[in-house]
Amino acid sequence: MKTNDVLLRNVTKVVAFIIFLFSLHLFFAGHYNPGGGFVAGLTSAGAITLTLLAYDIKTVKSMLNMNTIIITAVGLIFVVGTGLLGVFSGKPFLTHLYGHVDLPVLGDTSLHTATLFDLGVYLVVVGVTLTIIQTIGESD
Amino acid sequence: MNNIILLPIFIPLIGAIILMLAPKKVIVQRTIALIMSFILVASDLFLLFYVKNHGITTLNIGNWRAPFGITIVADMLAALLVVTTSFVLTCVIIYSFYSIGKAREKFLYYPSVLFLIVGVNGSFLTGDIFNLFVFFEVMLMASYVLLVIGGTKIQLKATIKYLLINVVGSAFFVVAIGILYSMIGTLNMADISRKINALHGVDTGMISVAAVMFLFVFGLKAGLFPLYFWLPGSYFAPPMPVLALFGALLTKVGVYAIIRTYSLFFAKETTFAMPLLGVLALITIILGVIGVISYYDLKTIVIYNILIAIGVILFSVSIMTREAMTGAVYYLIHDMIIKSALFLIIGVIMAITGTSTVKKFSGLMTVKPTLGWSFFIAILAIAGIPPLSGFFGKLLMVEGAFSTGEMFGGIVILLSSLFVLMSLIKVFTRGFWGEKTGKFNLAIPYKKMMLPVIILLTCSVLYGIFSNAIYPFISDAVDPIIDPNLYINAVIKE
Repeated sequence: MKTNDVLLRNVTKVVAFIIFLFSLHLFFAGHYNPGGGFVAGLTSAGAITLTLLAYDIKTVKSMLNMNTIIITAVGLIFVVGTGLLGVFSGKPFLTHLYGHVDLPVLGDTSLHTATLFDLGVYLVVVGVTLTIIQTIGESD
Repeated sequence: MNNIILLPIFIPLIGAIILMLAPKKVIVQRTIALIMSFILVASDLFLLFYVKNHGITTLNIGNWRAPFGITIVADMLAALLVVTTSFVLTCVIIYSFYSIGKAREKFLYYPSVLFLIVGVNGSFLTGDIFNLFVFFEVMLMASYVLLVIGGTKIQLKATIKYLLINVVGSAFFVVAIGILYSMIGTLNMADISRKINALHGVDTGMISVAAVMFLFVFGLKAGLFPLYFWLPGSYFAPPMPVLALFGALLTKVGVYAIIRTYSLFFAKETTFAMPLLGVLALITIILGVIGVISYYDLKTIVIYNILIAIGVILFSVSIMTREAMTGAVYYLIHDMIIKSALFLIIGVIMAITGTSTVKKFSGLMTVKPTLGWSFFIAILAIAGIPPLSGFFGKLLMVEGAFSTGEMFGGIVILLSSLFVLMSLIKVFTRGFWGEKTGKFNLAIPYKKMMLPVIILLTCSVLYGIFSNAIYPFISDAVDPIIDPNLYINAVIKE
């Protein structure tokens, strides 16, 4: 008998989206509330893993369309680059810049380059988790 | 700003990240790895002279004041070790081109090597005990990959042992830091040192416990007596360039960590921790000697030679006088250079003969005289024959031992040199002299493989001949070890 996982796939379409939104929330909440790059990366990877369970590895690969090792490397570039911002402003490595910026739509927003660092952490965590899952999943 | 003292960590990190972007292109990998190692040598030399001119240089990461943030400290000892590391790295990378094989090179070999260097250089330069742990882990993770890369059976076996041992060691490291933190309440090494000195003998029992725990952890990494059992098996497995990196760098990071923590934290624990270190070091020398004289396998003999060197250096650390420490620093740098040279020579011998046991071949001198004589020079250097590099360090260490009344230790160090010489001359006469027997494969790129060996040996010979010119650097390196206040005042500026 052919199995039909229409329920799982349809639920996944909704739930994976919600999980991804939650991970974005965790990512941006990190400075003032529990959260941050690491846990956001893990939840995002969780959303992708759920898609992997409902569909197959080819679908997920075409969805991401990117080598996971490259994602990790780009994350590391973000991390190192944020450190260099401090160097270029004449202060020690990893000194962060921050301030209030008047953005066109959002109005007065406080921005901090630690977010860019967190973005790097996020990408590294997503990249590494997906690399592990894909490598173990593909090997026979 | 003082950001230049981050270069030894930063350059290999950037190199590793760039190499991760194009893992399958072998030519790109080789070129970038080589260029990065050249830049690393240049910037490390720059750092060395910067530290020579400006004294101990510190950088507070993120502009947070000293005990509260992470401080990177480049004193002369760290600068010297970083320079040596970059030399060894360059030679090993050149050697890897001709020996490691395309399959491994396509599987993130060069990024792993560079990450290993990030960990090693970071461990040398950091001024924060937990940051030291993190850099240890960076180094160990990279070393796990380098040990298992290629996936042959012997490598898998060795990696499981090595991984288990180091995971346990790292767990103990965290516990040791936890104990120290619960007593002292700070993680900055200079601040810990200052606060331990301010205790004035109160609560020293627990400090001794912490000292022994740190000795356990770093002794495990360095291969000290009861904790060396993983080393001969694990180091036998990886391919030769990886083994040269491991033999030259990994155990020495453990030794450096013992020097740093024992000079800063536990210099006053003379009742228990220091004598314990001395006794364990002497037993390590004796066991290493037993190892070197009982094998006919080139790799195993040099691996046991690592143990002897570790014992000799750590015995001097336990004495902690100026003379003994000068000798120890001399010997540490000499040993990093000569061990990598020896492993690379053995790699060439193995590539020609196909085996590492000298019982299976002889008369190699008739085929490759240059190889024979470079091996001979390396043997003399490692045993400590006067014009060469091993002499001056051992002389000072023996003098240091005798002048503090440690007659037995001094005699053990002297006798160990004799056995080192004997063990290697034994394999030299057996493998290189005599009738030509055994199969020799002459198709290997011999001259290219010998180039890094010759560079390292030249370094070693020059290091021995110009030991007078190097003395001011070594003397600067020993100052903060003998007088921790120099280190503390450089880090914590009131």
